[in-house]
Amino acid sequence: MREIAASSVTEAVRELCIEANTRLPQDHLTALHRALADEESPLGREVIERLLENAEVARERCIAFCQDTGYAVFFVELGSEVRITGGELGAVIDEGVRRGYEEGYLRKSIVRSPIDRTNTGDNTPAVVYYEPAPGDILKLTMLVKGAGCDNMSALKMLTPAEGLPAMKRFVVETIERAGPNASPPLTVGIGIGGPFEKAAMLAKRALTRPSGEPNPDPELAVLERELLDEINATGIGPAGYGGTQTALAVHVESFPTHIAAFPVAVNLDCHSHRTASAEL
Amino acid sequence: MSPAPIRLEAPLSKEEIEPLRTGDVVRLNGVIYIARDAAHARMKEAIEAGEPLPLDPEGNIVYYSGPAPARPGRALGPAGPTTASRMDPYSPLLIERGLRGMVGKGVRSEAVIESMREHGCVYFGAVEGTAALLADCVKEAEVIAYEDLGAEAVRRIFVEEFPVVVVNDLYGGDLYREGRERWRR
Repeated sequence: MREIAASSVTEAVRELCIEANTRLPQDHLTALHRALADEESPLGREVIERLLENAEVARERCIAFCQDTGYAVFFVELGSEVRITGGELGAVIDEGVRRGYEEGYLRKSIVRSPIDRTNTGDNTPAVVYYEPAPGDILKLTMLVKGAGCDNMSALKMLTPAEGLPAMKRFVVETIERAGPNASPPLTVGIGIGGPFEKAAMLAKRALTRPSGEPNPDPELAVLERELLDEINATGIGPAGYGGTQTALAVHVESFPTHIAAFPVAVNLDCHSHRTASAEL
Repeated sequence: MSPAPIRLEAPLSKEEIEPLRTGDVVRLNGVIYIARDAAHARMKEAIEAGEPLPLDPEGNIVYYSGPAPARPGRALGPAGPTTASRMDPYSPLLIERGLRGMVGKGVRSEAVIESMREHGCVYFGAVEGTAALLADCVKEAEVIAYEDLGAEAVRRIFVEEFPVVVVNDLYGGDLYREGRERWRR
């Protein structure tokens, strides 16, 4: 059994909160630079230039590049041979979020419930998904999820007869409906299969994949490319002002499903795409 | 952004916004107000109760934002625009009372656009996700109401060369619709 002190998890979480919110990941910056080169609309290019300039200023000054510092979402790959000492893992992650959001000058955006809209004051609770893993690994992947784009996400239970064409239509319709509200150029996370909630989980998890890295399944990789082309043909463009770069990447994750089902979930992420991970 | 920006000094008269057209690049200067969801809900309650508003809409501009905390020495923390459509149920109440401009991101409802045309109000887009750069244009900031709302409190801010684009003008123009039509393949 490998023992990991609660305090080191708290510290790792604190650092992830600050890193994710103040430094755009390199793979995402690369994607933005590529979009800048490919964008045909002059106004669209200016928007991307501003985004890159903003990212640089935020990194230099260690400030949030977007004021919506979001939900603190964590995917925790927890090895069966790992034991956390000196604290319960969920509480330990919350403590790291509390410190990170306070010390990093990050906005506290979480309210107690959709009905009681009192701010919790420290951006907790974190949203934590545990993924059992073999061995003694403990890997934390953080996704900072802004609400503007999350609000424009959607899930649909398609029928097997409707199939793939309906799935593609639903993805493009979701992006058309979101328009400028989701803050393009987007990263598009798509989950297909499983029951209802599994599709949504896969869509969210898909957002943590390095930008533009294709799915290892060749068929899904082709689907990702086709969807990216269709999304970029909508003309929505950077900030929705019109252009050819509406999405930077489309990531599809699939899971076995029921003989009667074809669930599809689309989780949108804005151009302030914030992920970071740490292995302890 | 590209052609020479139009410089505006808030507060604004109706005559000053009449020449603006969808797609015009504008730099805002002067005093504007920050308010978003919860503050708008309270302003609606105040109107319904016949109580005074924390800001006089007449001639003024409201910026939909919820700033992050400021580091010491800064007037305001990172402050980009939030999705304006969430304010759609409230905006006509302020537009009817003389509000001259709104700054946010994303599409507005037909009801808001109609109210803008009727009473003389323009909707500007700021580029979301440029919160650090936009905060640099804010030289002074002060919470003037609803302090308990934290990031959602009403703030009076003094801005210099704050970059925006005209999304909806007084003549039915809509940058989002026109931009999408132009670049759709």
